[in-house]
Amino acid sequence: MARIGVFICHCGENIAGTVDVFKVAEAAGKFPGVVHSVEYKYMCSDPGQTMIKDAIKEKKLTGVVVAACSPRMHEPTFRRACAEAGLNPFLCEMANIREHCSWVHEKGEATTQKAIELIRIMVEKVKRNKPLYSIKVPVTKTALVLGGGIAGIQAALDIANAGHQVILVERSPSIGGHMLQLSETFPTLDCSQCILTPRMVEVAQHPKITLYTYSELESLDGFIGNFKARIRRKARGVDEKLCTGCGVCIQKCPQKKIPSEFDAGMGKRTAIYVPCPQSVPNQPVIDREHCTYYIKGKCKICEKFCERKAIRLDQQDEIIEVNVGAVVAATGFDILHSKDFPEYGYGKYPDVIDGLQFERLASASGPTLGAIKRPSDGKEPETVVFIACAGSRDDAKGIPYCSKICCMYTAKHAMLYKHKVHNGKAYVFYMDIRAGGKNYEEFVRRAIEEDGAVYLRGRVSRIYEEDGKLIVKGVDTLLGAQPVEIKADMVVLATAIVANQDAESLAQKLRVSYDPYHFLSEAHPKLRPVETNTAGIFLAGACQAPKDIPEAVAQASGAAAKVAGLFSSSELSREPVIAVVNRLPPPVFSTCTGCFLCEKACPYQAIEREEIKDRKGNVIKVVAKVNPGLCQGCGTCVALCRVKAIDLQGFTNEQVYCELMAL
Amino acid sequence: MSEFEPKIVAFVCNWCTYAGADLTGTSRIKYASNVRMIRLPCTGRIDFMLLLKAFEQGADGIIVSGCHPNDCHYTAGNFHARRRWMMFRSLLDFLGIDTRRIHFAWVSAAEGAKWAEFVNSVTDQVRKLGPNEQYQKLSQAGVE
Repeated sequence: MARIGVFICHCGENIAGTVDVFKVAEAAGKFPGVVHSVEYKYMCSDPGQTMIKDAIKEKKLTGVVVAACSPRMHEPTFRRACAEAGLNPFLCEMANIREHCSWVHEKGEATTQKAIELIRIMVEKVKRNKPLYSIKVPVTKTALVLGGGIAGIQAALDIANAGHQVILVERSPSIGGHMLQLSETFPTLDCSQCILTPRMVEVAQHPKITLYTYSELESLDGFIGNFKARIRRKARGVDEKLCTGCGVCIQKCPQKKIPSEFDAGMGKRTAIYVPCPQSVPNQPVIDREHCTYYIKGKCKICEKFCERKAIRLDQQDEIIEVNVGAVVAATGFDILHSKDFPEYGYGKYPDVIDGLQFERLASASGPTLGAIKRPSDGKEPETVVFIACAGSRDDAKGIPYCSKICCMYTAKHAMLYKHKVHNGKAYVFYMDIRAGGKNYEEFVRRAIEEDGAVYLRGRVSRIYEEDGKLIVKGVDTLLGAQPVEIKADMVVLATAIVANQDAESLAQKLRVSYDPYHFLSEAHPKLRPVETNTAGIFLAGACQAPKDIPEAVAQASGAAAKVAGLFSSSELSREPVIAVVNRLPPPVFSTCTGCFLCEKACPYQAIEREEIKDRKGNVIKVVAKVNPGLCQGCGTCVALCRVKAIDLQGFTNEQVYCELMAL
Repeated sequence: MSEFEPKIVAFVCNWCTYAGADLTGTSRIKYASNVRMIRLPCTGRIDFMLLLKAFEQGADGIIVSGCHPNDCHYTAGNFHARRRWMMFRSLLDFLGIDTRRIHFAWVSAAEGAKWAEFVNSVTDQVRKLGPNEQYQKLSQAGVE
């Protein structure tokens, strides 16, 4: 006979505030098979768990239902408690009466009734639970880090310094990411390249890091500890082993007027190029879209001048396969582009630029060598208007969120401008100043009080050109919604941070969730901010949400610590939620008829064929068999099986039907 | 009739819709309390006999919901579910069961508000349809 214990959590007021927990406990005590039903203020606390452990021993429970929060939150906690009391952890189930009941319904009879029913459903299920045992799987102690920006660099270095192999994949020709494009960084105004480039070199020279630049993740299969990644190494056109990075090919290339991506269009580059002189690796790539040879079929000047004979014009993309145990996604962000701001004339007037373009103008390694010169005529602008929240916090642009870093970098821009153009005027239009962070508020005050940037609280409605000036029409809400008109020489938009264009397809490759704006989702917003819902895949940096540098670095180190933790043992245990094909005594052997529909449906090729033989070795029949190492437990085969010979442990047909019977 | 509160059973996948409904909870978005959720690893696990069982057990309406196409945690389970669903729906229709009682949706882990809206709209629709006596009558047809 089943002896089930039901434990109802108040969750402080979270559940008890809307659900009559005493009534629920009383009702649950009367369900058939329930021998123990209690409520307590915080079941997950130490005394709460002790209650469960004691009851298991004293009442000889054969199953436990904890009615509390979502199993996605505390199922591991309660299963561990059960295991400590000697009960198989898979004989513990949770009824979600918080997220799915008390938090979403009004206080009242119906809500209490629903809680009772949810518990009854789980009681019926847990009666049919079987003891299960975790599956041990080996761990490949190599991490794959996607993205070579500051987050990816930090994660790679931390994992490698913990003694594990790292494969760092970067899409562009050099690592460094957006941080390499920045001039100075807030709130210290130290030069971005000075703090970043040593790290980049460290990555390149680290014996445990394999760096693949100009490469992308093609696909990822497998599961935690045992992923198989296919990486596309795009044809660089240059033999990396031979090239010394002398740069002669770049000097000789006849195509010299291609807008440089690294300089955000502010500067020009050649067709064979390195993004910037500090690139790691310092080896050029050939941009086939603009290269004369690929357009006209002749040129080959680079090949002629290369003393090392490193040019490979006929090189093809190469796909390599690597086995990894964990993945850190650190693919970064993008900014909103010109087509989204017709009212500001961005894309139409050359002197309306975005924040990244301003960074390049202000950077000592930029196209103007750090002099603030406006793009249209190269003159030094006397008046610059900075517009914060260009797109951010704007439902009309589909971006209700705050981009987080713009308040700070706008203050920095105003400062940098004032430091370089002493008599210049800097105006900043803003909605609110969000300067939460160590020394951030002080930094903004410095921009206003010491450097004299004029802050106007209000939005800009329109920008148009008149007599060589950009007329910025806005409003100052602190002066009672007074219209403001500023004749500016240059306008800098702090355009919103958005997810990378291919973030969605990356999420699909990694099988992780993403939010409506295509930022990758963490497993829990507070307690598991670097993990994803897919075990073994971690997040770092702005691919999760807009972040500044310290935050991206902190998260990257967090992800690295998770990876190092995962790699600390040679095998890990996996939940035994897998499919099994039934085996019966002779003469039936199994109800499986060998149709192998399951084989076709299985996304993991986990279905194998097993021959059942008689004593003489004659094959009686061929039945399906599940490889427990490959099965991920989706249960697609179970739904397809015509004879119900295959079943999913933890979600068996019997369990689910009985859940329904309890409705 | 105005007092009729339908019983809705939702079959949801663990990775998208169940997590989405958790988000509805954490966001404290209120919705109709008629729904009872059955958690399964994937919509691909949903054998549609389960839906018939739910009707037999007196469900007035049924929801099946999982990850958006291409977002399946198990790569392709939701495609299996979708294909099976299309077949099953036309079968129900052929049998004379009101297909307005069964609803399919894609609700991702980030769509807490969508889940609340969806449950409310299904509950409203089923409430208007009244109790699912039809299924009970159908299953007793021919039984004297």
